[in-house]
Amino acid sequence: MADIKVAAYICKGCGLGERLDADALVKIAQKDGKVPMAKTHDFLCNADGVAMIKNDIANEGVTHVMIGACSRRAKTEAFHFPENAVARANLREGVIWIRPDTDEARETTQEMAEDYIRMGCAEVKAMTAPEGNPNTGGSKTLLVVGGGITGMTTAIEASKTGYSVVLVEKSGELGGWAGKLYKRVPVHEPYKSPADTGVADLASQILADGNIKLYLNATIAKTDGSPGKFVVSIATESGATHTEDIGAIVQATGFTPYDMNKLPELGGGKSANVVDQAGLEALAIDAASKDGVIRRPSDGQPVKSVVFVQCAGQRDPTGKHLSFCSGHCCNTSIKQAMYFKDANPDVDTTIIYSDLRTPGNGEDFYRSAQEKGVIFTKGTVAEVVPTGNTSTVKFNDLILGDADASIVDADLVVLATGQVPNSGVNIDAPAAAPAEAGAEPKVEIKPISILNLNYRQGPDVPHLKQGFTDSHFICFPYETRRTGIYTAGPVRRPMDIPQAREDATGAALKAIQALENAELGRAAHPRSGDLSFPKVRLEGCTQCKRCTVECPFGAIDEDVKGFPLFNESRCRRCGTCMGACPVRVISFENYSVNTVGAQIKAVDIPDEFSEKPRILILACENDAYPALDMAGMNRIEYSAYVRTIPVRCLGSVNTIWITDALNAGYDGVMMMGCKSGDEYQCHFVKGSELGRVRLSKIDDTLKTLNLESERVRDLEVAITDIQRLPEMINKYAAELVAVGPSPFKGF
Amino acid sequence: MSANTAVAEKYRNNFLKEIEEQVEMGDWVKMCMQCGVCSGSCPTNFQSAWDHPPQELFMMIRAGKREEVLTSSSMWNCTSCYNCIVRCPRKIPITHIMHGLAEYAHRIGMAPKMQATRFFSGLFWKNATHTGRVNELKLSLGLYFKDGFVQGVKNGMAMQSVALGLVKAGRLNVLELFGGHKCKDQKGIHAMLAKAYEIERVRKAAKMAG
Amino acid sequence: MATKEYAFYPGCSSQKGASASNYLTSVEAMCKTLDVKLTEIPDWNCCGASIGYAEAGELPRHVLNARNFALSEQHMPGKEIVATCAACWLGARETRERLTHSETLMADTREALKEAGLTINEMPNIRHMVEVLIEDLGFDEMKKHVVRPLEGVKIAGYVGCQTNRPFGVDGESFENPQYLDKMVEMVGAEPIPDYEQKVTCCGGALAFSEPEKAQAQIKDIVESAYDHGAEMIVTPCPLCQANVEIYQGQVNKRYGTKFDIPVMYYSQLMVVAYGGDAKAAGLNGQVIKARRLEEIAAKPVKR
Ligand code: SF4
Ligand code: SF4
Ligand code: SF4
Ligand code: SF4
Ligand code: SF4
Repeated sequence: MADIKVAAYICKGCGLGERLDADALVKIAQKDGKVPMAKTHDFLCNADGVAMIKNDIANEGVTHVMIGACSRRAKTEAFHFPENAVARANLREGVIWIRPDTDEARETTQEMAEDYIRMGCAEVKAMTAPEGNPNTGGSKTLLVVGGGITGMTTAIEASKTGYSVVLVEKSGELGGWAGKLYKRVPVHEPYKSPADTGVADLASQILADGNIKLYLNATIAKTDGSPGKFVVSIATESGATHTEDIGAIVQATGFTPYDMNKLPELGGGKSANVVDQAGLEALAIDAASKDGVIRRPSDGQPVKSVVFVQCAGQRDPTGKHLSFCSGHCCNTSIKQAMYFKDANPDVDTTIIYSDLRTPGNGEDFYRSAQEKGVIFTKGTVAEVVPTGNTSTVKFNDLILGDADASIVDADLVVLATGQVPNSGVNIDAPAAAPAEAGAEPKVEIKPISILNLNYRQGPDVPHLKQGFTDSHFICFPYETRRTGIYTAGPVRRPMDIPQAREDATGAALKAIQALENAELGRAAHPRSGDLSFPKVRLEGCTQCKRCTVECPFGAIDEDVKGFPLFNESRCRRCGTCMGACPVRVISFENYSVNTVGAQIKAVDIPDEFSEKPRILILACENDAYPALDMAGMNRIEYSAYVRTIPVRCLGSVNTIWITDALNAGYDGVMMMGCKSGDEYQCHFVKGSELGRVRLSKIDDTLKTLNLESERVRDLEVAITDIQRLPEMINKYAAELVAVGPSPFKGF
Repeated sequence: MSANTAVAEKYRNNFLKEIEEQVEMGDWVKMCMQCGVCSGSCPTNFQSAWDHPPQELFMMIRAGKREEVLTSSSMWNCTSCYNCIVRCPRKIPITHIMHGLAEYAHRIGMAPKMQATRFFSGLFWKNATHTGRVNELKLSLGLYFKDGFVQGVKNGMAMQSVALGLVKAGRLNVLELFGGHKCKDQKGIHAMLAKAYEIERVRKAAKMAG
Repeated sequence: MATKEYAFYPGCSSQKGASASNYLTSVEAMCKTLDVKLTEIPDWNCCGASIGYAEAGELPRHVLNARNFALSEQHMPGKEIVATCAACWLGARETRERLTHSETLMADTREALKEAGLTINEMPNIRHMVEVLIEDLGFDEMKKHVVRPLEGVKIAGYVGCQTNRPFGVDGESFENPQYLDKMVEMVGAEPIPDYEQKVTCCGGALAFSEPEKAQAQIKDIVESAYDHGAEMIVTPCPLCQANVEIYQGQVNKRYGTKFDIPVMYYSQLMVVAYGGDAKAAGLNGQVIKARRLEEIAAKPVKR
């Protein structure tokens, strides 16, 4: 670290000047923060204030800037000095806005501000300005895997935006499931009748587009590299392999209908006259090529009555079948009933449903079916009994309360089975237990990898519980846990054609954003544009592999010697690896064990007789910290004894910080991170979960220190907890009074 | 062949179709989406009087439960409060269908014989169309005596205080029993109604034939 | 304001000696004050009311109403028809809607009307008396004539069903219509805006045929008025008025209650507030006497 020169700037605007003693803060910066240059300004974020800082950088040799003003989330454009290390002491949202403006409160408020100045000075000194990832690649080609509606739409959208596309489809033709439909659910006014699928049109657009390179009968043999510089091998039918340089990937591999043979009680596999929705489409296409009459498969007689069984093997609470609703199948059955009614109104069509889910304009479509005479019966089907050329459908009529209702002599029964995602290998599945001796050998169809990623963490993107690809459902739906690889369409969640097309458009844009960011050495979301990246001091590394295992995004491989090999372009800058490393050799230029550790140590801990406890808050910068800021904006008061440090993710919290804090005499530590588990809200997916696993072991540390377990508190926080958070803080502060002061004060 | 067996033959397995063609507003029954708002809005339903609230009747029609629907007393309990109509998300004219069902069941002779409202409805209509205007006294006496003379006297006694109150308040005139209000052109009214009945009969029969 | 003129359809219950005769008395006095001229449709007939459905069928019901339209057109061409009874208004309006929307029904109706030597050329507008008051006159005009405000009287506005649904008064909600409360305020009394039984069904014609069902409804309606401290109930509908008033004794017997609350027409309140005496307001027609109103009606008018 060559010459560093730190300057501290204290703002007196926004009421800071009135509420705080700014000159005292300057003195603190000089004396405790040991900065050679400390100034106040009446209105730091205005042009004059910013010019002052810029002038000091240009003419006074200032390299490190500490701004004591508003939250780091405010005025980011004014205080943007890309060449310099910058720290922010949050005196506004974090101090004066959450404290009452009274004479009694003045002292503790000032103390709070002074600590934040000390912390800011300590932090900035431990930082350097991020320089950006040097290992970039500049491929601007998009790989789209899957040639169904989603894949074709992605390819066309990306091409229209000016990017070249490689489209890989494993079958011999474009269209996917939509290509096997007779007609689709309408998407235009008046939403009354089935419409053309539009597949042919999309396919001809693809074929005519010079920007799109199409591989049919092809699969991905291997995917190497990282965003901006993927190297993808494409295996074709002939056995030849082609290599393509790829910037980003969209996986649109769709779904397979749930196997109706698993539903023998509903007649699945027991009679040719019991079909799934795909089977009915085939019958309809066949009929259309002849006289338009849909016929009974068993004997070719025209179908005079047909029963649709909704939710077949879906929304199943027993765990035997699909637990979820596939969303499209209510509309699909309505559409299929219309195939019959439109051709011949005298055909009896009954749809047995337990809830009819036809959101949006699906309501109009539903109504149109009612007008056409489709009968809707609310009930749950217990059994379909095929005998001869017809079937009896036994069901529980939920409106009439008749458990033994039945429809006899149905020529055809259609099961609305659901969508099973084609998401490849579940890399998190526990290895299959070896078969017991003498046991029946299990015939499990082994899923085939789709991407064949040459990543340490496995060949495909991670899955959710139900097999759909993992993504941050609320905030970043298309992002998978492999940077630069996006999923869209029913592989991501069950959906219909319009939703798949919307997905495709979104994923195309995200993929383009990713390859552009990758070229510039910047992070993808949620730290989009961040130039810092993890650096590892390999001399100290013990090859424990924790970082490689824990990285939620599969960014770290191993080199031949077993050392971690960071693929910076795959990294999201969450810091989970940094939190995991037991020897603390992983750091970012502007965020490290030291930048946080120094802040913790900079706080002035009053002695145990002062009755002024100190509570350290480590707050996730994505949810908890903004929530605290918003509490400030709403002028919701909370304890003056807390000192808050934002962290990139709970996953980046290294337990040394907690031990240090407790040793330094803090009375308590609050950890604030997003919800983890199946319904996680963590922006880094697994970060908060991993952080919590680590934290669960803190009890041992507390025991060795002879401290009460109350001294560390783990809180699940959402960005909306603006009211709740201050309450929790105050409650915890009160609890700590009961526990008593930390015995480590004054050491 | 009675009126009932004639239609039953015609519509053998398609009760919904029968209702669509023969019942006033019956073609709306298929549009019900079974939300249950009508049942939850119906006053006589929450006084626990109904066998089958509208939603259920409509489902029964779709399930082909002809006998149970037409012999039900449910539609006769409708008070014409129009709560269901204004709340139905599908804008189904429920009240009118209720009346229509009752009228149809009555027309083909399947309505419950001594259902009080059915009786009253007929009585009201006869009373009103006889002279062109309603005679409230005859109307109430008629109702009280529907189950025979003894029951009539009992009913009358039970309602005596009510009637006496009205008489005292000048709102029930005992002299109405001998004459009372009437229209001048009774003949015209009768001829006009006879014609209306005839037209309606012809139209409904044509539907059945077509 | 110039005299407003309408063709008047009183309906059976308003006839002399019938259950709503007091309604008619008060309407006449009210209209006199407000300079509204009602001319009775000559030889009008019963509207068929909704309970007649079983015997009537569709066409005969509409034909009955159409006869009144035809007579009105013959004698008072171009005049709107005003009804005071909710059921009459509803029945007539329904016929109007149906005939306007179905050419077949219209043709059939004309054919039947021919038998009585009548015809319809133009569909009349069908108005309820309260619509005339609110829309044609307005609250300001109505208020101008108040010379004896019903100060301190708490009145529950019971709108009921048929003036409210399915057509209702324009601009009012089905679930919580406000016009009756505004009328109560207009006559200087105190409304109960959160009277929750405001639009509950009184049981309608079932009060005759299935009294126990209707009386359960009536109990709720009256009980809630008591709970809110009402001294009387006001309504725009003769069937509501009759059911809620005359069965209180029966309800008391059935449920052990002690109800004794007068049920008035809006027109009665207005006549008293306009300075009319008990007779003009038809107060003698109450089965449950409205003592408080009688007292006010006996007081001299402040001018
Ligand atoms: S869309 Fe309909 S049929 Fe399909 S699972 Fe959902 S509720 Fe069941
Ligand atoms: S854990 Fe986070 S910061 Fe570390 S390499 Fe993985 S994505 Fe990057
Ligand atoms: S966690 Fe740290 S010590 Fe372990 S392999 Fe990674 S860098 Fe090396
Ligand atoms: S409210 Fe309408 S749609 Fe709902 S159940 Fe009743 S009739 Fe059917
Ligand atoms: S109109 Fe008849 S069916 Fe409808 S809510 Fe009222 S009583 Fe029930």
